Amino acid sequence: MKKKFWLVPLLFCMLFLSGCGQKVADQAVLKNAQSSKTITWGVEADMKLFSLIDVRDDVHKGFEIDLAKAITKQILGPNGHAKFVTATAQSRIPLLKNGNVDAVIATMSITPERKKVIAFSNSYFNAGESLLVPVHSRVKNVHDLNGKTVIGIVGDNSSEVVKKFAPKAKVIGMQNYGQAVSALKSHQGDALVSDNGVLYGLAVENPSLVVTGGTFTKEPYGIAINKQQKPFERAVNRAIVQLEHSGEYNHLIKKWFGKVPGFNYKEMDQR
Amino acid sequence: MINIFMHFGNQLLVGLGWTLLCSLITLVFSLIIGTSLALLQMLPSKLVHFLCRIYIEVFRNIPLLVIVMFFYLIIPLYFFKINGFTAGTIGLTLYTSAFIAEIIRSGIQSVEAGQLEGSRSTGMTYWQAMRYVVLPQAFKIVIPSLGNQFVNLIKDSSILAFVAGFDLLYQANAIASTTFDTINSYLVVGILYLLLTMPLSYYMHYLEKRLS
Repeated sequence: MKKKFWLVPLLFCMLFLSGCGQKVADQAVLKNAQSSKTITWGVEADMKLFSLIDVRDDVHKGFEIDLAKAITKQILGPNGHAKFVTATAQSRIPLLKNGNVDAVIATMSITPERKKVIAFSNSYFNAGESLLVPVHSRVKNVHDLNGKTVIGIVGDNSSEVVKKFAPKAKVIGMQNYGQAVSALKSHQGDALVSDNGVLYGLAVENPSLVVTGGTFTKEPYGIAINKQQKPFERAVNRAIVQLEHSGEYNHLIKKWFGKVPGFNYKEMDQR
Repeated sequence: MINIFMHFGNQLLVGLGWTLLCSLITLVFSLIIGTSLALLQMLPSKLVHFLCRIYIEVFRNIPLLVIVMFFYLIIPLYFFKINGFTAGTIGLTLYTSAFIAEIIRSGIQSVEAGQLEGSRSTGMTYWQAMRYVVLPQAFKIVIPSLGNQFVNLIKDSSILAFVAGFDLLYQANAIASTTFDTINSYLVVGILYLLLTMPLSYYMHYLEKRLS
């Protein structure tokens, strides 16, 4: 979803950076981090469960934040410090490219288009398109949607993806997630289609709704790293593997997604 | 811009169709409801007058989006299923009829009271006098403001975009977010709205001239 939105900022930062010699991005991130004992992460501010700024204390909270902290400690040792910089969907790649952040962990799907500009770590979350339905809905997976009405976000490519699996589904587009959830509750449609990550956040806030049917596309999230930073990329990948083996990763998944109705552990199994 | 016409011609045509249908239905029904409300207010009954005022003030003073969202989200929860197009058209009709009621009331009131009394004295009933003497004159007076309201109504039908009514603006939003060419997508629908409103403006102008 929203994939093509990236192209615009991507193209811009490509244009800008092709001119400035990429000096900052060329410095060895891993060495710098080891000497300063700090890794700077670009994170989102408004993604429930993943990375959300808590208005009460102005601190980022979520799965991605905890994971970033764990990876930092894994790479730099117990004294390692993770610093968080808020990035938006538009600014996260420029921030990375010009060296303001060392890595971006912000619900970014690993896509071929993005890989042309930046490198990705191995996946840390098996994201993909999924369905949000009322608790007692007869819709169990995407194939049940034939002849049903599906709610999407206007211009989102989720609706086109649904048509591939259920050609007879009727798709209506709402302006934003708030309206889409209201429309679903008012039975204007039988299911809301979007990234499972987004839907888990919506399901937590709306007990009458549940994520169902698993993911029907594969768009796993990866940590974005500058292309020239191979040693840092390897260190991050190693850290993710170590966290998975030590059980820390599963612990974090359980902590943040354990209470989400319809959350599927098997789906999250990375190996 | 030509590109958008070429690639999304079908989508735009569908949008134009829904916008036109919504506007026509709203125009007819809001004129009927609006005129009835104006006439009811002329009756001596205080209660009827009061009820009409409540209707008019409520629908005239609430944003259209709120009215339409009420029909789209609340009605299906407690009463019956209603799709985006129907919810939008009902909301727009109720909203517009409140304005039309006020316009026509002002028209009726600007016709001299003597006209009604004179007609009554020739043996016409109250309703006959209204129908054949007062209302035709009232309509003639309010044609310019009525024309304004009709043009507004066509543009207001873009409210359908917010409840998935598939109208012109909905299609424009969809096209804009697939092509990333927001400016041209909106320019195209701007021109299409112009195609709808210009003939109506001209017709109202023509009517105004012919009747004066």
